[in-house]
Amino acid sequence: MATTYASADTDAHDGKPKFWVRWFFSTNHKDIGTLYLILGLIGGLVGGFLSIMMRLELSEPGLQFFGNPHTYNMFITMHGLLMIFFMVMPIIIGGLGNWFVPLMIGAPDMAFPRMNNLSFWLLAVALVCGVISMFLPGGAGGAGFGGSWVMYPPLSTSGHPGPAFDFLIIGILAAGFSSIFGAINFITTIFNMRAPGMTMHKMPLYAWSVLVTSWLLLLSLPVLAAAMIMLFTDRTVGTGFFDPAMGGDPLMFQHLFWFFGHPEVYVMILPAFGIISHVIATFSRKPVFGYLGMAYAMVAIGVVGFVVWAHHMYTVGMDVDVKAYFLAATFVIAVPTGVKVFSWLATMWGGSIRYSIPMQWALATIFLFVIGGVTGVFLASAGLDTAAHDTYFVVAHFHYVLSMGAVFAIFSGFTYWFGKMSGYLYNKWLAGLQFWLFFIGVNLAFMPQHFLGWQGMPRRIPDYFQEYQLLNQISSYGSYMSAIGVIVFIVWVIEAFIVKRKAGDNYWGEGADTLEWTLSSPPPYHQYSKLPQIK
Amino acid sequence: MRISRLAASVGVTFAGLITTGLVTTGLAFASNKNGPTDGDLGFQRSVTPVMDAITSLNNYWLVPIMVAIVVLVTALMVYIMVRFREKANPVPSKTTHHVGLELAWTLIPVVILVILVVPSMKLLYFQDVIPESELVVKVTGDTWNWEYSYPDHEHIDPYVSSIVDIANADKFGLSHAEIIARIDARPAGEPRLDGRPYLLATDAALVVPVDTVVKVLVTANNNMHAFAVPQFGIKIDAMPGRINETWFKVHAGEEGTYYGQCSEICGINHAFMPIEVMVVSKAEFKRWAANGGSFTTQISQNTGSITQAVPVNTVQ
Repeated sequence: MATTYASADTDAHDGKPKFWVRWFFSTNHKDIGTLYLILGLIGGLVGGFLSIMMRLELSEPGLQFFGNPHTYNMFITMHGLLMIFFMVMPIIIGGLGNWFVPLMIGAPDMAFPRMNNLSFWLLAVALVCGVISMFLPGGAGGAGFGGSWVMYPPLSTSGHPGPAFDFLIIGILAAGFSSIFGAINFITTIFNMRAPGMTMHKMPLYAWSVLVTSWLLLLSLPVLAAAMIMLFTDRTVGTGFFDPAMGGDPLMFQHLFWFFGHPEVYVMILPAFGIISHVIATFSRKPVFGYLGMAYAMVAIGVVGFVVWAHHMYTVGMDVDVKAYFLAATFVIAVPTGVKVFSWLATMWGGSIRYSIPMQWALATIFLFVIGGVTGVFLASAGLDTAAHDTYFVVAHFHYVLSMGAVFAIFSGFTYWFGKMSGYLYNKWLAGLQFWLFFIGVNLAFMPQHFLGWQGMPRRIPDYFQEYQLLNQISSYGSYMSAIGVIVFIVWVIEAFIVKRKAGDNYWGEGADTLEWTLSSPPPYHQYSKLPQIK
Repeated sequence: MRISRLAASVGVTFAGLITTGLVTTGLAFASNKNGPTDGDLGFQRSVTPVMDAITSLNNYWLVPIMVAIVVLVTALMVYIMVRFREKANPVPSKTTHHVGLELAWTLIPVVILVILVVPSMKLLYFQDVIPESELVVKVTGDTWNWEYSYPDHEHIDPYVSSIVDIANADKFGLSHAEIIARIDARPAGEPRLDGRPYLLATDAALVVPVDTVVKVLVTANNNMHAFAVPQFGIKIDAMPGRINETWFKVHAGEEGTYYGQCSEICGINHAFMPIEVMVVSKAEFKRWAANGGSFTTQISQNTGSITQAVPVNTVQ
């Protein structure tokens, strides 16, 4: 039977199936990775559109764009869900992970190619469900679900009688199962399909980051799924898990949600850490400093990430001793995170640094992540959080770590590997323009929000007291600037495919020493028919 | 290549300076007015012991240490970027380990965090352990207004406090000035703003005495809400089926009107359920409580003698 498979590899078309079979029934990790990247782009564009509408509304007091405040609530809800589940995760795990984990560890493909296909199409179904929910009756005479991405009952049960939220629950469940299957696939691939000689302690850090992330997903998403199903039955068949009138407790949902929700933020940032490590090492022409410390810092972040969830819930009325525990546990996370930042700087120390576009994104990621990290300490301190909780300070904090930490790392990785994936080089001027538009834009957008938060402006409001106007205006202008950056991004991607500047096998030179750089750009449809040997 | 390198280092330095500059100037220029102030970069002015403690932990511990960390890391990064650029250092070193260094950057953050944990814990226990209370008020969040009651004063009927506003459908496209003009064109007797802050003012404030430990019991009828007054340093979720508690004690001499907003998303009018707290002298509170019952007339008498017709930012 083996000969049947071998013939596919060696025929004149590189074994590529025809269009429909190739893209719709795909089992090839690189094709599925590309599909994930496209889905992430769509999710990001829709989610980004929602955020620009929010900033337009907030650029001056009054209701200029949202006649029904429920619609504004729906926009913030879907912005959050789309950016997390349908932009960051598909790109940084599904897209770049599918593309580069097998290439980096010397595997011919993922362990379960058909399950890989199932993961992707479940996510596509989830996205469709989510987008449909925006147009179905939700509650309060408006369309869609407006209970924020945290979906707290009773607002998400009795507060939204329409079918919109039921669709959204189905979408989130589908996305959750998609991620669980993806996680099983990555764990199996990384544990079993590393090239001969590649021990766990020789494995590239991006593969390490995806491994830790996969465990986080595998352990946290079932809890979210359970909470979602309980919400669903509370809504549809009259169970009372979260209804105090029936002996249930709405606070229980918050514990379940954040038991998932906190690991979820590391799901988004750990692969970013992995990418940054490779980019810094490549452009410093030095190996990563403190490799083992870097790998186990990610493991430590993952483990501690499971025991700090209630720091999202300091104002729910928990016992003071419980708060004290969560305060202390949360502070601990700063230690492994600090190890990572200092190790990146030490990797650069003594290096011979080139400032190509991926390196610019990576350096900006570190700078912005440090800012987002220190504001996290304010929020971890339970007493201070009382003043900052549910204000714009929180919004500023998590956008610094996610929309700058994770998204800048995504652009770093995308520009780093764009030539490898497409076979073409990007226009440096356009890619640089996008970087500066983004860097200045996001800082203008989110830095003022810290001060709005300190001044007490609550989150999730379409209209605000007039004294918050100046900082909101600055923030809005910043967001328009980064929106122009997105347009420039799309332009440079299209330009690269039109002009077709050929990329060499290893266009970054000697600093890029992981296995994907030994392959052609783009890599053959099936790689490593003879497994690479790691010394 | 040279230009982008230069630009990268200049840009990062610049952003670092702006960041730290904003944070430090913001604290230097923290406003003395009540309520939020346009362009102000710090907390609102504190009027309770808890908010004093929050403000000082923030301004004297967290902000300096965190700004120092950001500045140091940024400065180190910029130094490395210049010192080890390709042109200045063409041959990279091959160092990948240094046990002493790795131990140092694990242990030094631990020390910093221990230094920060101590005052954080002190604040937390000060805030959460409620002292002997002299007055209890019960706050019930509803969609979308607050109901206030005084369990110690049975002759004060519970009353509902709603925003002074026009219907959402009528607001679309109007500026705040236009909305305020419509509200103030109402006949006397109907709730008007009369110079009070739009989106924060209500038709019936929570009335409490100054210099008194007030325990606040908070619950909700249907959706979740959160009862928050920034200048008091309190924020506590209002949740159906559960009674949460917090406390405040407004400093002597700080009589006035203070505002907060619902701080947990609760549906369509989440942005439109403000909290208005009127802090009066102990004697005035006693009179008000003794006259309890017909609240509307009482409150208007009281507002007349305290802060009526004075915008929030010019109180005191």
